[in-house]
Amino acid sequence: MALLQNNFPTFLQGFGYTLLSSIIALIGSMILGTGFAIMQIVPQKWAQVIGNVYVQVFRNIPLLIITFFFFLVVSKYVKMSGFTSGTVALMLYTSAFIAETVRAGILAVDGGQMEGARANGLSFGQAMQYIILPQAFRIALPSLGNQFINLVKNSSILAFVGGLDLMYQGNMVAANTFDTFSTYIIVAIFYLILTLPLSYYIQHLERKLKRAL
Amino acid sequence: MSMIEFKNVEKYYGNFHALKNVNLTIDEGETVVLIGPSGSGKSTLIRTVNGLEEIEEGQLLVNGFDLHDPKTDMNRIRKNVGMVFQHFNLYDNKTTLENVMLAPRLVLKRDEAENKKLAMELLEKVGLADKAANMPSELSGGQKQRAAIARSLAMQPKALLFDEPTSALDPEMVGDVLDVMRDIAKDSSMTMLVVTHEMSFAKAVADRVIFMAEGEILEDSTTKEFFEKPKEVRAQKFLSQVEHH
Repeated sequence: MALLQNNFPTFLQGFGYTLLSSIIALIGSMILGTGFAIMQIVPQKWAQVIGNVYVQVFRNIPLLIITFFFFLVVSKYVKMSGFTSGTVALMLYTSAFIAETVRAGILAVDGGQMEGARANGLSFGQAMQYIILPQAFRIALPSLGNQFINLVKNSSILAFVGGLDLMYQGNMVAANTFDTFSTYIIVAIFYLILTLPLSYYIQHLERKLKRAL
Repeated sequence: MSMIEFKNVEKYYGNFHALKNVNLTIDEGETVVLIGPSGSGKSTLIRTVNGLEEIEEGQLLVNGFDLHDPKTDMNRIRKNVGMVFQHFNLYDNKTTLENVMLAPRLVLKRDEAENKKLAMELLEKVGLADKAANMPSELSGGQKQRAAIARSLAMQPKALLFDEPTSALDPEMVGDVLDVMRDIAKDSSMTMLVVTHEMSFAKAVADRVIFMAEGEILEDSTTKEFFEKPKEVRAQKFLSQVEHH
C-alpha cells in the first residue's frame, strides 16, 4: 500500500498514457478495420487485393516487430516519440483483426438485405452505412469486444519503446523499489480497472441490441 | 409507350443458358403475370429488369434506358422500378415506418415531414398503420410483405416487379397481400410484372400472361386467351397441373 502511495503520480501517469493510447488505437483501428473489411468485399478486384494484403501483413507479424519498425525505422524519416510509434503500431495491428471480424459480420448478414436496399434505390455505400454495417457490427460485437480487450492489454508494448504507459512506469517503479511482486500486482489492478468495465459494457451492449431486434 | 423491352436477350450462369433469346415488350400501365415451372427462368428474367442480374447479350430497355450499356446509371433505374421479393428483404435493423421512409429520404431527398405523412398513408393503405413502430421481426409473413410493398410504393415508381410475393407465406396470409396488389394494379399508370403461382390472381388482375419454360418464353397471350385455350402444349400441361390442387 505504501508502494502505491509513494508512487501514485507515476502509476497515474502510466494509467493515463495507457488509456490515451488505447482510446486512439481503438478508434483508429475501428475506422481502418471497417474500411479494409469493406475493401475485401467490394466487387473491384484491386480493392480486394489491397485489403487482403493489408490484413495478412499486419495480422501475421508480431506486434512487437511492427512497433520496433515504427520506432526504429519510420521515426528516422517521420519524427515520432515512442508513445506515437507504439500507438500507431497497435492501431494497425489491431485493425487487421478488426477487419477480419467486421468482414465476417458483413458476410453473416443475409444477402437479401443488400438486394432489398439496392432494389429500393440505395447506392452500395448507403446500403452499407444504413443497413449492412449496423447489422454486421451487432453480429460481430462479441468478437469485437475481445479485440478491444486485447488492444488494451497489448498497449503494454509501449513499455518497450519508452511509451510512458502503465507497464513502462511499472518497470520503473519495480527497478527503483526492488519490490517487483507488489509493483506488478498494482499494474495488473490498473489494467483490470480498464478492461473489466469494458468487458461489462460490451456484455451490456450485447443484451441491449438483442432486445432491440 | 413501352416501359420494359427485351430484345434478343441472352443470359448465362456459367454454362447454364438461363434466358434464351427473350423478346418481350411491356407497356406502361400494363399488368403482366409471368408463370412457368420452377427453374424456367422467371425469377432470372424479372431480376434482370432492375439490374440484380446482368444480361450477356441483347438489349434490355427499361424506362428508355439500356441496361446492357455500362454507362447506364443503375441507381436511376431502380428509383423508378421497385421490387418486392419472395423473402421480403425488409431492413431488419429498422422499424416498419423507417423501412418505408429510408429510401425516399436518402435517394429522393424528400422533406422529412412530407416523407412521414406519405409513409403513414401507405402503411394505412396496406393495413399496417398500427405496426409503424414495430421491428420486422415482430411482424407476420403477410405483414412483412405488405410492409415491403409499402416500402416500394414510397419511391413512387413507374413499375413494380413482384418475384413470387406470396410463395413464402402461410396460406391464410396470401389473400391480404394479393388484395394490396390488386389495389395497385387498379392504378392505370403503374406497370406491374408479377411472377406468381396464384392463378386466380392472374385471371383476375393480369392483362397478359407470359408462360416460360427452360429459359424461353413459350407463350405470350392475353389473360382470357391463355386461360381459355393455351396454345402451347406445355402451357396446357402446366395449367392442368396447377389448377387441379
